Amino acid sequence: MTSRLEAASSGSHWDTAAFKRRLRRRRSAEKRFKWYGIGAVLLGIFFVFMLFSSIAINGVGAFWQTQIQLDIYFDPAEISEANLYSANYGKLVKQAMYSQFPEVAKRKEKRQLSRMVSVGADVMLQDLVTSDPSIIGTTQSLWFPIDDSFDMLYKNDFGRDPDKGGAGLISKNQLGWFDTLVEKGKIESRFNKRYFTAGDSREPELAGLRGALMGSFFTILVTLAISFPVGVAAACYLEEFAPRNKFTDFIEININNLAAVPSVVFGILGLAVFINFFGLPRSVPLVGGLVLSLMTIPTIIIAGRAALRAVPPSIREGALALGASKTQAVIQEVVPLAMPGMLTGTIIGIAQALGETAPLLMIGMVAFIVDVPGGPLDPSTVLPVQIFLWADSPERAFLEKTSGAILILLAFLIAMNIVAVIMRRRFERRW
Amino acid sequence: MENSTETTNKERIVTRLDDTIFQGRVSESDGADSNLSQKYRMTAKNVNVYYSETHAIKNVSLSIRENEVLSIIGPSGCGKSTFLRCLNRINDIVVGCRITGEIMLDGIDINGGELDVVELRARVGMVFQKPNPFPKSIYDNIAYGPRLHSMVNSREETDEVVYSCLREVGLLSEVEDRINKSGTELSGGQQQRLCIARALAVKPDVILMDEPCSALDPIATAKIEDLIDELRTQYSIVIVTHSMQQAARVSQRTAYFNLGDLIEVGDTGEVFTNPKHKLTEDYITGRFG
Ligand SMILES: Nc1ncnc2c1ncn2[C@@H]1O[C@H](COP(=O)(O)OP(=O)(O)OP(=O)(O)O)[C@@H](O)[C@H]1O
Ligand SMILES: [Mg+2]
Repeated sequence: MTSRLEAASSGSHWDTAAFKRRLRRRRSAEKRFKWYGIGAVLLGIFFVFMLFSSIAINGVGAFWQTQIQLDIYFDPAEISEANLYSANYGKLVKQAMYSQFPEVAKRKEKRQLSRMVSVGADVMLQDLVTSDPSIIGTTQSLWFPIDDSFDMLYKNDFGRDPDKGGAGLISKNQLGWFDTLVEKGKIESRFNKRYFTAGDSREPELAGLRGALMGSFFTILVTLAISFPVGVAAACYLEEFAPRNKFTDFIEININNLAAVPSVVFGILGLAVFINFFGLPRSVPLVGGLVLSLMTIPTIIIAGRAALRAVPPSIREGALALGASKTQAVIQEVVPLAMPGMLTGTIIGIAQALGETAPLLMIGMVAFIVDVPGGPLDPSTVLPVQIFLWADSPERAFLEKTSGAILILLAFLIAMNIVAVIMRRRFERRW
Repeated sequence: MENSTETTNKERIVTRLDDTIFQGRVSESDGADSNLSQKYRMTAKNVNVYYSETHAIKNVSLSIRENEVLSIIGPSGCGKSTFLRCLNRINDIVVGCRITGEIMLDGIDINGGELDVVELRARVGMVFQKPNPFPKSIYDNIAYGPRLHSMVNSREETDEVVYSCLREVGLLSEVEDRINKSGTELSGGQQQRLCIARALAVKPDVILMDEPCSALDPIATAKIEDLIDELRTQYSIVIVTHSMQQAARVSQRTAYFNLGDLIEVGDTGEVFTNPKHKLTEDYITGRFG
């Protein structure tokens, strides 16, 4: 004791060269460690940036659609109140198209000309007339989506430049007409409203995300409605009330395992139990939500238990010592404090569920469905499955639709995570 | 040198004791005599407490009388808090904690089925060693107990309870303007007084205080000690303290614990001036350890 004190006061120990060397080594080790950390973070940011920018570059095109302006004459000879639903709207579109190029006379060329407009144009006209029959007899200047091969031509010269592929999709004549129309200002790239308001379609220029968005919405709603209460209740019971014994240990191990089970297994389970045994319909968000709940519940339970464990025992004791029953102490005092953690866990679980594809394929949510679902019992698909379906389509125009859908999915995920952070901040301030 | 410290210590305690008014000397040994049980609020008989392997309380018998302050002193880790926590069964929630023996509240076994643990804890209030206000407003902290037990039925009644409890612990003037701010934003000493006020709001029969003044300055300590003296007229109080001066000032009887054993219990004046046991004497004269 004394000798050490003396050594310290006389400075013999702290002044030695060996000590200085050790100090230097320690400092450089610390610096190195810091740089490893910064390097890892930078690498991560770089990859995320690459991912986002490549998807964004491919995907923004999906929000724009090349459209053609046509003056449609709603010929009373063709449409009347009596045949609103059976009139030949296609003929109106064709006539408007022919009038742009009166010199085209050959039947084959005429067909080529009329094919430049999307096949969806006649349905759009029908919708227009049925919603407002008074326009019969007038001439309206309207914008129609152009066929997807011309959309690609307009956006990136696909089909004209042999280097960029697409040879043979567009004829020489069509190229000429197209250029003339662009020159006349009749063809323009406009905001693609259909992308957000229409259901799926085989035609890329008509395909929209609304079906998948609504399907995802209902699926996630069902998932949330089931997994949040069940997960929170289970976490509370296991953490606060259950006796500690072999049986609860066994349950705990199984819950942890469940969180690591490949999601496709839940799909098979859902198929066997919900569809084959309980006879619920296929391809519906209700079953999708049930299956995804199975996946989300373990995540919520694990996060919930961790959050409950983080509440200091003194809070529990404080409430109990004032004569609160165990349930009162847990529900009134402990759970509110654990809520931010529980909500974060829930949002992470839900975000996972939102991006899940495999289990939904198993229960038939992969079907081609044109109608936008109106509730959790209508057949539908979900965003990630829609991405999967589009990525599988041969048309080149679906490529950007796919990336666009991924962008939207990412936007939702980021929004959810931001909400999680905000919620955590807000609740934690009370602490 | 050592000798002189010892004497000054002793002298100091004795001079403090001179100011204190003592109750009449009671001759029985604690908890054994059942004839006197009406006078006892709580009696503990042959209590043993184990934390998994640790034997924290060894065969302790001790009683708390009506309208008295019993102080528990002893070195750190000797089981003072543990004993206190048995009296309102808050140790039940500690995993691995096992209690044997008999503890009675007004003649009813608190571990038997007769007395609900919720009622027990309402009747035996506790102030913990570490202040533990709820992370909600000061007002709600105090209103928590009365609301829980439907002791208040209107906003006015709640207000009255809250303000009178705050006034009792001398906190009202300090927090009047921020009564709706979180209780966790108070200083350590204020938090402790808030916890005392919170316990008083339930109007218990017995109040257990685990080092209530360890985070307080002398002025606040004096306020709390005055309060304890006042409360004695209505409640029974058990106070754990590391300050022998405090034990001498506020308590009528003192119990000395060492390594889980109850070494000695008796009138405070007796214990401090004329300890029966060598260990007690060593401890109060500062020769301990
Ligand atoms: N929750 C627990 N789990 C295990 N052992 C515990 C627990 N609480 C207390 N102990 C042990 O029981 C013994 C008594 O602890 P206790 O808290 O009663 O001491 P104390 O007298 O209050 O000490 P202090 O004056 O430092 O507060 C100690 O040896 C301690 O290690
Ligand atoms: Mg203690």
